[in-house]
Amino acid sequence: MLNINKTITNGKAVFALEGRLDTNTSVELDAALSPVLDGINELVFDLGALEYISSAGLRVLLATHKTLSKKGGMKVTNVNEMIMEIFEVTGFSDILTIE
Amino acid sequence: MNPSEKNYDAITVSADVKNLGTVQSFIEERLEEAGCSMKAQIQIGVAVEEIYVNICHYAYKEKGGSGDAEVKMLIKDGVAEIVFEDSGIQYDPLANEEPDISLSAEEREIGGLGIFITRKTMDEVTYDYKDGRNILTLKKKI
Repeated sequence: MLNINKTITNGKAVFALEGRLDTNTSVELDAALSPVLDGINELVFDLGALEYISSAGLRVLLATHKTLSKKGGMKVTNVNEMIMEIFEVTGFSDILTIE
Repeated sequence: MNPSEKNYDAITVSADVKNLGTVQSFIEERLEEAGCSMKAQIQIGVAVEEIYVNICHYAYKEKGGSGDAEVKMLIKDGVAEIVFEDSGIQYDPLANEEPDISLSAEEREIGGLGIFITRKTMDEVTYDYKDGRNILTLKKKI
């Protein structure tokens, strides 16, 4: 179960994720992102209420990071301890801009 | 010792990602009952997903695309043991090279990341092929 709360203002999108980003829900996130990416310059993922992430979720973050690195960039915020550990184990903590 | 002598709880599902939730609940219920820490529970959840989804995607690809996956679980002396079995093509996911996590995001491909995470967070990951079945076992102190 994943709730995606998106706000877009002046080319900047904030996606607040709540719940689980797994094999099945990462498809939903991908579907929510694809119509938006072309029209925005920056993106922030607020992970404050994210409880779980698997490699499928990491894949979506990385693909989005790549797309936006040619523009204004992507940031992740409010990363909790568990999710941060997954980022560290996988080297994602060095790749992503984490605030 | 014959593994069948151990008292595993077991669930068999059709190897499809739509059954991921069923498999996760089966594991989580037992971890919760055993008083597993939230951290170990999430790490085990991620590993279970990686292994299970791998089976769904690859095991029966050349056999018409469908087949069963059996997941067995035993918690003993503070260690959770989770065994995945399928009768798909012989495949040792541990034989893959580890991904190069030092590469930048732009250079990086993600293949093998799931297995990489699993190996990093579990205490023991073993693969066996026996009687036409792939048997992958995870062990983690909880």
